[in-house]
This record gives sequence, structure tokens and C-alpha cells, in this order.
Amino acid sequence: MAVEDVMVEPWYMMQMVQAFLQAPVYHIVIEVLLIVWIIGLLFSKSYRIQERVQLTEKEKEDLLAEWKPEPLVPDTPEDHPALHPRVVSGKAGLKVVVDGKECLNLATLNFLGMLGNKRIEKAANTALYKYGVGSCGPRGFYGTVDVHLDLEDKLAKYTRTEEAILYAYGFATIASAIPAYSKRGDIVFCDEGACFAIQKGLLASRSKVVYFKHNDMEDLERLLKEQAKDDKKNPKKAAVTRRFVLVEGIYMNYGDIVPLPKLVELKYKYKVRIFIEESASFGVLGDNGRGVTEHFGVPIEDIDLISANMEMSLASIGGFCCGDSFVIDHQRLSGQGYCFSASLPPMLSVAASEALRIMEEKPGIFEELRTRCQWLHAKLSSIPGLKVCGEPISPIMHLQLAAPSSRAEDTKKLETMCNECMNQGVALTVARYLEQEEHLVPPPSIRVAVNVELTEDDIDHATAVITNVAKMVL
Amino acid sequence: MSKDSFEPAPRVVVFLTYLGYGILMLFGYFRDFLRKSGVETTHSAIERKNMKDFVPLYQSFESFYKRNIYMRLRDCLNRPICSVPSAEFDISERVSDDGNWHLRLTGKTRRCVNLGSYNYLGFAENKGPCADAAAEALQQYGAGVCSTRQELGNYKIHEELEETTARFLGVEDAVTFGMGFATNSMNIPALMGGKGCLILSDELNHASLVLGARLCSTVIKVFKHNDIEDVERKLREAIINGQPRRQRAWRKILIIVEGIYSMEGSIIKLPDFIRLKKKYGAYLYLDEAHSVGALGETGRGVTEYWGVDPRDVDIMMGTFTKSFGAAGGYIAGSKRLINHLRAYSHSTTYACSMSAPVAQQVISSMKIIMGEDGTNRGQLRIKQLAANSKYFRQRLVEMGFMVYGNDDSPIVPLLMYMVPKIAAFSREMYEQNVGVVVVGYPATPLTETRARFCLSAAHTREMLDKVLDDISDVGDRLQLKYSLNSPVKAVSAEECYSQVDSLEHKA
Repeated sequence: MAVEDVMVEPWYMMQMVQAFLQAPVYHIVIEVLLIVWIIGLLFSKSYRIQERVQLTEKEKEDLLAEWKPEPLVPDTPEDHPALHPRVVSGKAGLKVVVDGKECLNLATLNFLGMLGNKRIEKAANTALYKYGVGSCGPRGFYGTVDVHLDLEDKLAKYTRTEEAILYAYGFATIASAIPAYSKRGDIVFCDEGACFAIQKGLLASRSKVVYFKHNDMEDLERLLKEQAKDDKKNPKKAAVTRRFVLVEGIYMNYGDIVPLPKLVELKYKYKVRIFIEESASFGVLGDNGRGVTEHFGVPIEDIDLISANMEMSLASIGGFCCGDSFVIDHQRLSGQGYCFSASLPPMLSVAASEALRIMEEKPGIFEELRTRCQWLHAKLSSIPGLKVCGEPISPIMHLQLAAPSSRAEDTKKLETMCNECMNQGVALTVARYLEQEEHLVPPPSIRVAVNVELTEDDIDHATAVITNVAKMVL
Repeated sequence: MSKDSFEPAPRVVVFLTYLGYGILMLFGYFRDFLRKSGVETTHSAIERKNMKDFVPLYQSFESFYKRNIYMRLRDCLNRPICSVPSAEFDISERVSDDGNWHLRLTGKTRRCVNLGSYNYLGFAENKGPCADAAAEALQQYGAGVCSTRQELGNYKIHEELEETTARFLGVEDAVTFGMGFATNSMNIPALMGGKGCLILSDELNHASLVLGARLCSTVIKVFKHNDIEDVERKLREAIINGQPRRQRAWRKILIIVEGIYSMEGSIIKLPDFIRLKKKYGAYLYLDEAHSVGALGETGRGVTEYWGVDPRDVDIMMGTFTKSFGAAGGYIAGSKRLINHLRAYSHSTTYACSMSAPVAQQVISSMKIIMGEDGTNRGQLRIKQLAANSKYFRQRLVEMGFMVYGNDDSPIVPLLMYMVPKIAAFSREMYEQNVGVVVVGYPATPLTETRARFCLSAAHTREMLDKVLDDISDVGDRLQLKYSLNSPVKAVSAEECYSQVDSLEHKA
């Protein structure tokens, strides 16, 4: 009731005054001092850690006039190979004309011989006269052409996944896919020997990257165990930290194959999601060229995301990612290279579609390719002075020096070898890296690429030439 | 030179926009609740059951916007086409049975006027000399390349393309890449590698420029859009104070700007930036994705528009997608710069070269623009684009719409502010057989949703008149004519098209 409430208030006030009077003196003194200190802090000027000297206008102008920036770019040495690249005229099929000389092509990544296929060219020609060249817009703004949807559909069906998404540039595919899922605060376990595109994707994602020794599942397990221990200490943080393992099907820099079954085991044991970069294994491994999952008989549903570029087996331009719709659909709004870039030119999309159709019609082509890889691998292994790095069935093999010395010297020797081989009619290339930028730059090597159209004679001839040149140079 | 115009929105409109968002969010929370409690079926894809114990792949708030706001207007975006994207195109019709969660093609198509594609000079053609030359290049080189520029992917046609590009722009040398986005994201790190560098970037720069800057280990400072005083202030501060914490001077400073900003339609004040960069010793990176081919008397871009020497710009970058009807990008400048990029660019070392027919398309279209094909068709296209841009923008402003940007830019953003209006506008225009692009958050600020028209040299005046009538009609019905400025008739239609008409008579 109102009167009682009014009566209650003064009673509380009384209690407070009584408590104040009954409190020990030291208590009151401390409280008063604290209050005075707080008031003092509130009114004092805030101080800065760095004592900034206030400069006069003249001093400022002097500083501005004195400042001399570095040159925008340093001088590039005249003998840098990039300033004297080889010029290719005509199609780079099994035979290629380099600097005017016709050579056997063991340098371009045209595994299934699709570059130069007449059927593909005809299809691309028809598309050119229907759609023009460019698509003139990103996917969101009228850059989605029906051939893109068709190719995405075909890729999803071929890989037996729910959905596929198309990118206009091979490098941008994995480099855009990784930051779409992995953000600051997430953890990615990545193979040391991962290619440059993956490294750039990881840099863009700002996630914590833990590198494990190349193709070493035990090292990965050790790192996963350590992470699990850390998680136990901080379970709240662990519950929101996403983890990923990033590997390649066939490693571009080494030519070896990831041990997938063991990796899948680790996935379910330590709850990490698997992303595989299959540019060099799509259209190569497996009975139907579906890649490393088919090769090992691992169900594709166990892999969270597969990314591949279409610039090797499919001999077109661009790349794709495939997997569950739950995973892939996210990239349609978060994949930078998808949303903010013009889409793939329709005729290149049609070229890839046609290549895919050929792959479906001729499933024997993959075994043929692997056989040729094994032949070449065996022949090249017998060359004195060189060692072959890579699995026998991998279409990419690296020829390294058996007795390496310094990087600069080795690279020079290999360049000389390539030039000599070119003179004798075999086109080879030294694998190019940005040595300062790579996480772990691979040893200098000649990257040999196998083409399914190679005959035994071609392989013998190439081996003979390389042996000769090796004897000369080394 | 024309001014940029950015009329601020009337207060009532801003209030209603925020109110609209509030209502949408309330409904969003309500629908999410219904979906969680099972009353409403969830249409979005869900993760596999055996992945239950894994840390969730997405944060639930991240997708709140997608589920509840984006999904409502999803039918206005990603419209598939099935013809060449020239002045008119065929849009494949789609329907949805579950509120835009799943869209399926009906098989029917609709012929619409194309105001969405980047086709400034009308080179998106499927016949004519460019198409024939590209077909020949396809026969000669094939579609793919399968190698990088530094290895065995360096074709004669790439060298021809680079030589033509350098000549077109009036600089010493140029290097080209297969993707416009990647041109920025893979080359800025090659230029600004190493610690101790500073990048000053315009606040409205494209995602590729932002990504390229973030991939370097540099410090990035953002300045207000096209605000020369802000840049000067930040430059002075940077040079005077040096690197924070290390007490050393900056090694180099790069200012990154664009020629035409694609969401605003504003044109950069280039002479001011050049004066500034010369005074303080900074370097200028100019991204001409939308301005090369589209501005200037002979289509040379924003340097010609302002009458500035292209060699004053340290790094000129552009893309071939918009004005040349192809794909890919270039960087042009001094020979020293280009040599460095040839050797150290991520793209020339690791990425596949440009496809030969695409390169040929650029070469043919550039030659036409330069008049090297012996005709004045290039000039005609440039004048047609300039006339179309001026005329279209004029008429919209006269009608009372809120239009941003510079009078000379071929990008015309029409402000609509309220999110539901962009969906309604897009659908109404589609019914009238006009394909428009509408953009909302996050590509634009939250309250500045807009429709963005891209003019093309392929548009005829009749097409534009028809479209303008439709826009006016829809604008009245949706109450989009917000502008409070009194309409000023600056230039008449006849004057806009006079240069085009005189050129046509000469041709």
C-alpha cells in the first residue's frame, strides 16, 4: 500500500546511514581514496605511449621533399628466361612447332590429346557463331549462358556428385574455393608440396595453416593428434573452429598420388573435412577417369570438395568444383572468382563439354594413357645422370639431376638440356616457380607431360634424345 | 568535363528503407523459427547425417541474409541467356514452385532488350570480321593452351596481342592474362611484395583490387571515394610519420584507383591524382576495366578523356571483357615494369595462357577501334556509345529519377533504395521484355540498392526510347521518381546524336 511503501523507504535510508557510521575507519578511508583516484583519472589528460613530437610546418615540408621512394620494380636481369620465351606457332598437339622447329611435344599438359581434336574444334566453332566470343558479364548479371548450366550438369553427372560450379580460370578455382569456406580462426592442414594456387587460396583465407610433410600420413596424424590435445584444453573454441585437410590427387610438383583411403580414415577419426585438388588426376586416374576417388574405390561422398581445372585433360580453359549441393552452392555467393568475374566464354565451355563427351564414349583412353605413362617412366628411369620423380602411372613426371648441386647451377644445366633437346626435335620445359614466393620450392626439374597419342617409337626416340643430351651436358 | 552527381536521398525514403529492412528481418526471424520447429519445410540443402559431429561448415547468421532476403529476389539474378549478349538477347524463362529455393527452366525463351551485359562498343557479335578471325584462330591454334606463358604457352598471337595493346594505349609495352579478375589479384602482389610498402585504395574499389592488395604483406589505407583531399591528407601523413612501429620511411606507396567505378558510374579525377602522385612520389595503379574503349574521343580510355599523357600513369590495367567482347586482362606501362611482370607475375608462371580465339577477338576489335581496318566503324561505335550514354541519362534525369555518376559514363545507376522495389522493378521490366540488372547489399551500401544500366553502341535510339518509356511507366507505378531537383534540359536529343549522324553519312 502506498503509505507503507513511503514508510519503507526512509527505513532503508536509515539502514544505510547506520552501516556507514558503523563501518571501520580504514574501510571508509580506502573508499574515499579510491573515489578521489577515479575522479582524478577521469579528468586527467590521456597520455600516449609514443611521445609524438609536434613538427613545424617547415619540418613537415622538408620530410615530404626528402622522401625518395624505391623504384616501382627492380631491374629484371636480361638473361631471365621469361624475357626470351619460346614462341609456339600452330597447334600444340602431339607435334608442336617451337621457334620454327617441329618437335615431339612432351611439355604441354594435354594428357588426353584433346587439344587439336577436330570434333571439339567443330563444336567450339558452332558455339562461336551462336554466342560470339565473350559472355560479357559475371554469372549474376546475364553472364550465365545455357552452355554453362549444361557443362555444370554434365560435370556433376560425370563425377557422380550433386552439383558442380564453373570458374573462368583454372588458377582462380581452388584459390577462390578455399577462402569461401575457411576463414580467420579456422585451421587448414595442407601438404607441403601443394601447388601455388592452393598457397594463394590459403593466404587469402587468413586461416591458420599447418603444413605436413609431403604425402606423409603419419606426420598428418601426429599433427591432428596435437590439435586434438589443444582442443581438449579449449573445447568452446574448438566447437567453432572448422578444420580442413587440403591435398592434391596427383601432385603437380612431384607427380605422386595422395594415399586417399588412409586420409578418409583420418577424416572420420579427427573430424576434418577433405578438399582435393584434382587438376592432374581428373581424366587420368580411375577406370572412367573420374579421378583419385575412383582409383582407390573411395566413395565420392566421403570427399567434401573436389576442385579441378579444365586446362589439362579437358584442354579448355577454366575450372570447376564439385561435391554435395550443401557445400558447392555456398560458392555461388561467396566464391570471389565466381561472383566478381566475367563467366567463361561460351565456346570454351562447349569445348570442355565435348571433351567430356569424348571421355564418356571412350573409357579405354584412361588405361591407354596410364600404360604410356608407365612406358615413359620406365624408359626415362634408365637414363644415367637423371632421376625420375613421380608415380609410374602419373602423366606428370619430373626429371631431376641425380647429383644435384646449387639451385642456380642445376637450373642452368636443365635449361641447356631443354634447348638441346629442342634442337634435336623433342620439346621439353623446365618447371617454372617463383622461388621467393613458394612455401617449399621443389628441386629444379624438367616437367615431362605424357600425351595418350604417344607411340612406343615416339617414347624410344625421346628417350634416346634425352640420353644423348644428358651425356653432353652433364 | 562533366561533373559527377550524387544527390542525397530524401529523409523519408531513407527512413522507409530502414523500416523495410526491419520488417524483412522480423519476418526472417519468424520464418527461421517456423523452419526450426518443423512447421515450415526446409528447402535449403542440409549436410549429410554422417557429418553430424563435424564443426558446422557455415555460421547460421551468415546465411540469415541469404535465406530471408536474398532468396526472395533470387529470380531477378543469375538469369540464364541462350543467345549472343548483344543489344537484344534471349532470356531462358524460369519458374519456382517453392518460393525461389529451386528454379527450373520451362524451356521457353523471351527476347529482351539487353541493358545488363557489358557490351560498351557492341563487339559481342556472332558474325562479322571479328567472329571470322576468331574462328580462324580456333582452327589454327585450337581452343585450349595447356601450358603457361613462361613454359610452352607463349603463342605468336599472344605477342601480337601485347604489341597491339601497347600501341592502342600509347605506352611502351603490355602483358596480357587470361582472366580480368586474376590480372589484379595475381599482379598487385608481384609489384608490392615485401614489407614496408603502403597501398592507398579507394573505398569503392572492385573486389579483385581488394583481394590483390590483401595478398601482399602491405599496409592498406582506404580513402574516401574520389576524394582528392583525403588522398593528399593520407599521403602527407604517411610520408611524414613513416611506417608505424618501425620508425622507418615507407619503401614505396601505391595509389589504386579505377577509371569508371562500376556501381557508381563516377569517373576518376585523373589530372588531380597525377598531380598528387608527381608531387609526393607515389605510384598510380589505374584499373580501366570499364573505361578502356568506352571513354575518350578514340576510345583510348580515361587518359584520353582527360587529355593526360598515358605515360604519366605508372601502371595501366584493364580488361578485355567489356569493350572488346572477349575475356582476359592486361597491364601496360614502361618496358621495365612489363619485364618485371613477365618474369615475376603469378599468372605468367603458374596459370594457363589466354585462349587463342579469345586473343584474336581482342586484336580484331582493337584494330577496328583504331581504324586500322580501313573503315570508320570504330569511330562510329565510339560516338554511338557516347551519344547513347548522354541521351539515356538525360532522359532519366528529366523524368525525375535519382541517377548517380558522371554524365559521360556508359554506366547509369538508378537509385531505388528499398529492397522490395528492386525486385518489383526487375520483374516489371522483364514483363516489358527489357533485361535489367538490379543490385543490393552487399555489392552496394545497405540503403542504396539500385538498378544499373549498361549502355552499348549496339543500342539504337529507337530501342532506348522504348526502354525509357517502359522505365517511366514502371517508375510511376512503383513511385521511383525520388529526385527533388528541378529537371534541367541541358542537351537536346538531336545534339546528342548529331556526331553519330554525321559520321554515318560519311561511312
